[in-house]
Amino acid sequence: MSARLDVRKTYKLFIGGAFPRSESGRTYEVVADGGSFAANAALASRKDARDAVRAARRAQPGWAGATAYNRGQVLYRVAELLESRRSQFVEEVTAGEGLKSKAAEAAVDAAIDRWVWYAGWTDKVAQVAGSANPVAGPYFNLSVPEPTGVVVVLAPQSSSLLGLASLLAPVLVTGNAAVVVASEKRPLPAITLSEVLATSDVPSGVVNILTGRTAELAPPLATHQDVNAIDLTGAIGADGVEWGALEAEAAGSVKRVVRPPLGDAEPDWAQLPDGPRRILAFTETKTVWHPKGA
Amino acid sequence: MSNFEYAPAPESRAVVDIASSYGLFIDGKFTEPADGATFKTVNPATEEVLADIAEAGEKDVDRAVAAARRAQEKVWGPMPGAERAKYLYRIARLLAERAREFAVLETLDNGKPIRESRDVDVPTAAAHFFYYAGWADKLDHAGFGANPRPHGVAAQVIPWNFPLLMLAWKIAPALATGNTVVLKPADTTPLTALLFADLLRQAELPPGVVNILTGGRETGSLLVNHPGIDKIAFTGSTPVGKRIAQEVAGSRKALTLELGGKAANIVFDDAPLDQAVEGIVNGIFFNQGQVCCAGSRLLVQESIAEDLVDRLKRRLGTLRVGDPLDKNTDVGAINSAQQLERITTLSQSGEDEGATRWTAPCELPERGYWFAPTVFTDVSPSHRIAREEIFGPVLSVLTFRTPAEAVSKANNTPYGLSAGIWTEKGSRILWLADQLRAGVVWANTFNRFDPASPFGGYKESGYGREGGRHGLASYLQEGSAP
Amino acid sequence: MTASASPGTRTTSASSPGSDGTTPAAGTAQILTRAHDVVGTTDLTDANLARYLHGQPGIDKVGADGRAAMLGTRSIKTTAKEWALDTIVSMIDLTTLEGADTPGKVQTLAAKARTPDPQDPTCPRPAAVCVYGDLVHIAKEALKGTKVNVAAVATAFPSGRASRAVRLADTADAVAQGADEIDMVIDRGAFLSGQYSKVFEDILAVREACHADGHAAHLKVILETGELATYDNVRRASWLAMLAGADFIKTSTGKVQPAATLPVTIIMLEAVRDFRDQTGTQIGVKPAGGIATSKDAIKYLVAVNETLGEDWLDPDWFRFGASSLLNDVLMQRQKLRTGHYSGPDYVTVS
Repeated sequence: MSARLDVRKTYKLFIGGAFPRSESGRTYEVVADGGSFAANAALASRKDARDAVRAARRAQPGWAGATAYNRGQVLYRVAELLESRRSQFVEEVTAGEGLKSKAAEAAVDAAIDRWVWYAGWTDKVAQVAGSANPVAGPYFNLSVPEPTGVVVVLAPQSSSLLGLASLLAPVLVTGNAAVVVASEKRPLPAITLSEVLATSDVPSGVVNILTGRTAELAPPLATHQDVNAIDLTGAIGADGVEWGALEAEAAGSVKRVVRPPLGDAEPDWAQLPDGPRRILAFTETKTVWHPKGA
Repeated sequence: MSNFEYAPAPESRAVVDIASSYGLFIDGKFTEPADGATFKTVNPATEEVLADIAEAGEKDVDRAVAAARRAQEKVWGPMPGAERAKYLYRIARLLAERAREFAVLETLDNGKPIRESRDVDVPTAAAHFFYYAGWADKLDHAGFGANPRPHGVAAQVIPWNFPLLMLAWKIAPALATGNTVVLKPADTTPLTALLFADLLRQAELPPGVVNILTGGRETGSLLVNHPGIDKIAFTGSTPVGKRIAQEVAGSRKALTLELGGKAANIVFDDAPLDQAVEGIVNGIFFNQGQVCCAGSRLLVQESIAEDLVDRLKRRLGTLRVGDPLDKNTDVGAINSAQQLERITTLSQSGEDEGATRWTAPCELPERGYWFAPTVFTDVSPSHRIAREEIFGPVLSVLTFRTPAEAVSKANNTPYGLSAGIWTEKGSRILWLADQLRAGVVWANTFNRFDPASPFGGYKESGYGREGGRHGLASYLQEGSAP
Repeated sequence: MTASASPGTRTTSASSPGSDGTTPAAGTAQILTRAHDVVGTTDLTDANLARYLHGQPGIDKVGADGRAAMLGTRSIKTTAKEWALDTIVSMIDLTTLEGADTPGKVQTLAAKARTPDPQDPTCPRPAAVCVYGDLVHIAKEALKGTKVNVAAVATAFPSGRASRAVRLADTADAVAQGADEIDMVIDRGAFLSGQYSKVFEDILAVREACHADGHAAHLKVILETGELATYDNVRRASWLAMLAGADFIKTSTGKVQPAATLPVTIIMLEAVRDFRDQTGTQIGVKPAGGIATSKDAIKYLVAVNETLGEDWLDPDWFRFGASSLLNDVLMQRQKLRTGHYSGPDYVTVS
C-alpha cells in the first residue's frame, strides 16, 4: 500500500473576512526551518494592502461600538478556538521556527494564555486609564481612552505565533481594527490564526492579514493616510527594512508609531506584559467637559 | 454711540521691569550667546521694540544640553520626589506672588488683553506647577508601574500664543517626573520665559535643571536634533510638527506633539442660545482666535442658523478691540506682521471662494497688528476657510440638518484637537461626545483648561496629552516587557 | 398720566401713535391680542402657556454665571464712573418696606429723595420712592413739586398669598391714593405648580386696577426670582409677565434671599430684548434687593449697556430697588469731586 498523499493547503490572504489571493497573482515559497518546502504563500501587493486598510476602516466603527463586555467575549472565544487548534499551531511553530516540541508547545500555550489575558482587559482599560478629573470649577470632566482606529502591525519576524499574538491582541482590545503584515519567512501560524478568526465572532475586516515581503508592504502602509498607527516591531530582522525610515514616512500624517523594542531585537516574548501599555499605545484619550448647574 | 462710554482703564506697566537686552539662561546664569547674535522682540500693539534677545547657536545648545545632562544625572534625577515637589511648589507660589508682573509682561510681548493674561494665562500656569508638584513623589501610584524612570533631558519648543502657560505645561510635568529641561520660547514672545528664569533664581532651583534658549527656527532645529536630548515636546504648527517627527525618526527620542486644529463648535436647535453665543464668541475670539483648539468652524443646525447668526453679530458689536493693557479690552493685537498676513490672505480666500464676509464694527489703532473680528457665512466644507487653520479672529459658519450630519462634517478634517456641543439634551451630548474624533470635547462650554484635565489631539493635531495623570506618561520611560 | 417721564411702555395719547413714533399704552384687549399672537392661540390655558413658555431656549447656569462674572470685570473709571454714578442715582427707587414704617419714616425718606446730597445741589434725584400702599399719601405730600414718583408695593406684598380680591383691593387703595407706580408680586405658588393662566390673569387684573378711574399707574411685576430658583423659570416668568402687560419686570421683593443677582438680571435683560425684537414693545427691568454698593450697581449698568445698549440706559427703562445703595453712591460721588474718601457722617440717614 503506498503512502497517502496529503491535500495541501493554498495559503491565501485574509481581508475583509474573506480569503482572496493576492490581486497580483503572485506567491512566494515558504521554507521550513530545515530548508524544506512548506507552502506557497500569497505574495501581497500594495493594492492588497490598500484593500486591507479599506476593509479595516469599514469594520472598525462597529467593533469599537460593541460593548467592552462583548469584545471581551469575542476575544475569549478566539482563545477557545486557538486552544482547539493547539496541535496544528504546535506543528507550524515547530516547523517554521525549528523549535524542539517542548519549546513549541510552551510558545503556543503562552500565546493562548496571552490572548486570554488581553481578552480580560476590554472592560477594564477605561477604569485604569480613564479618570474623572477634579477640575477647579463646576464641571463634570471625564477622560476616557478610545481606540485610535486602524492599526498596522508589522508582526515579529521570528516569533511567529507568540510574538504575533502579543502584538495583535492588545490592538483589538479597545476596538481598533488591524492590518497585520505577517512574518515574511514564517507566515503560516498567522494564516492559521486568520482561519481561527474567520470562524470566530470577530467581525469581518477587524483583522486583516497580509503575507509577503515586509519591505514591499510596510512603506505603502506607513504612508497610507487612512492608517492611524503603526507597530514597527516586525521591521527588526526583515530584509531591506529600516524602521527609522518607516517612522519618518509615518510622520507625514502624524501617525502614532510604536517603535521596535530597545536593542533592535525581539524581546523574550514569554515574559509577561507589565501592564496595559501595548493596549494604551493604540488609544486616544478624550476629555469631555460639561457644566454642572440646575 | 452709547451714553455709557468706558473711559480708558489701563493697567500700569510700572509693575514690571524690562531690561534692554537679555542673554541665554544656561546652567543657572544668564550668559551672552557664543557668537553674539541677537534679535528684537516688539509689542505687537504698538510695534515698539521691547528688548534685544539673544539668538542661541550651536555652541550654546551644546552647553545647555550638557548642563541639563549634568543636572539630571547628578542632582535632579537622584533627588527624592518629595524634594523635587517642594521646588515645584515654590515655583507655583512665586508665580502667584508675582502674577501681576507676569501678566503685564505677557500682554506687552504677546498682544493679548490684560484681562486674559491676568485671569487665565498666569493663574492657570501657576496652577499647573502646583498640580504637578503633587505628583513628584507619587509616581509609583500613577499607573506606570513601580519606580518609573524619567527620560533624562527634555527639549521643549513652545509657541507664541500662550507663552507662559505653554512654558508651564511643558516644564511642570517634566520636572515632576525627574527630567531636566532645555526650553526654547517662540521668537516673538520670549520675555515671560526670561522673567521666569529670574523667578527660578528666587526659587533657588539647582543650576541646569531648567535652561532657556531664546532664538528662532534655527535654534529650535539645533535643539531637537541634538544627540544629547532624550525627549522632545513640541507645540506649534502641524507642518513643523511633521518635520520634527521625520527628523526624530529612528533616533529613539521620545516625542509628543501638540499641533493645529480646526474645531467644530456644534449648535443644535435646542441649545441654550444666549450661552451658546457666548461660547461661540469665546471659542473664536478669545486670544484673538490664535488658539490651536479655537472653535473656528461654527456648525449650526439649519433651522436656527439665521437667528443664531443675527444674535452672534449683535453680540460681536459689543466686543472691545484695542489697547491690550486696557482692562476693558476684549480683543487685542495679532502677535506679528507675519501672522496678520496669513489671516488676511486666508480671509481674502474666503471672499474669493464665495463665502459672505461680515466684520464687527470697531476702530482699529493706527500702529500695531490688528484684525477686526470677522464672520463668514455661506461657507462650504470645500472652502479654504473651512479646512485650513487661520489662527485668527475669523469664524466660518456652516450648517447641518441632523446629528449624524453634524458628526460627519465635524470629523471631516485631518485635525482632531477639540470640539464644542451645544444642546440641552443630555443623551445627545453624550452620544455626540462619543462620535467626535477630538481629544477635548466641550459640551455647553468652551475653552476650559485645568491642570487636572488632559489636553491633546487626535489625528494631525498631534499625539500625547498634557495635563492630568495622563500628562506624566510622555515624560516617563516605557517598560521593556513585551 | 404724570408730567414726569413715565417709566415702562412708551406712552403718548391713549389711542394713536405719537408723533415721535412711540406706541400708545395698550388696553386689556390689545394685551390679549398680542398674547394670542405670540403664544399662537386664543385659548390661554395652562397647557398652552406651558407649551409656549417651555419652548423657549434653555439657559445653562454655569454659562450664564460666567457671562455675568466677565461683565463684572469691566473697569469703569473717571468720566465713565462719574456718568455711571449720576445715572445710578437717577435710577434708584428709594425704598422703605418695614412693618415698623411710620409717617415720620416715610417723610424722612422723601426728604432724602428731594435732597440726596445737601452739599451738592447738582446731585440728581432718585426716580421714585417706594413704600407700602397705605403710606402712599404721606409720600405724595412730601414729594410735592418734585418729579420723584411714588411707587407702592401691592397685591399682598411680599408673599402674595391672598385671594385675588384681597390683592386687587390693596392695589386699588394704593392707586386711589395717587401711586404713580405699582410693584406687584406674582403668585409663585401658582407658577411653580404650573398654573400659568392664573398668574397671567392676576397680572392682567392688577393692570386694570392700575388703569381704573382715569388713573395710569405703571405696573412693575415682581417675579421673586429667589423663589423661582432656576434660570429657566426666571425666563419663563419674565415672558409670562410681559405677555400679561407688565411695564417693568422686577427681580425681587428684597424679603427673600437671594434677591437680585447679576446673572438673573441679565436673563431678564435678555428677555426684554427678545420681547422687543418679537413684539416691538419695550419693557423695563428692575433688580431689587442686595445691591448695596456702587461697585455692584455699576456692574448692573455695564450689563444693561452690553446686553441692551443705550435704549435702556434711562430711568424710564431701568431701576434699582435699593435703600442703602444711595448713600454709597453719594460717598463715591463725593470722592470723585473732592479726591479723598468720604465717610458715613457726610451723607444723611434716611
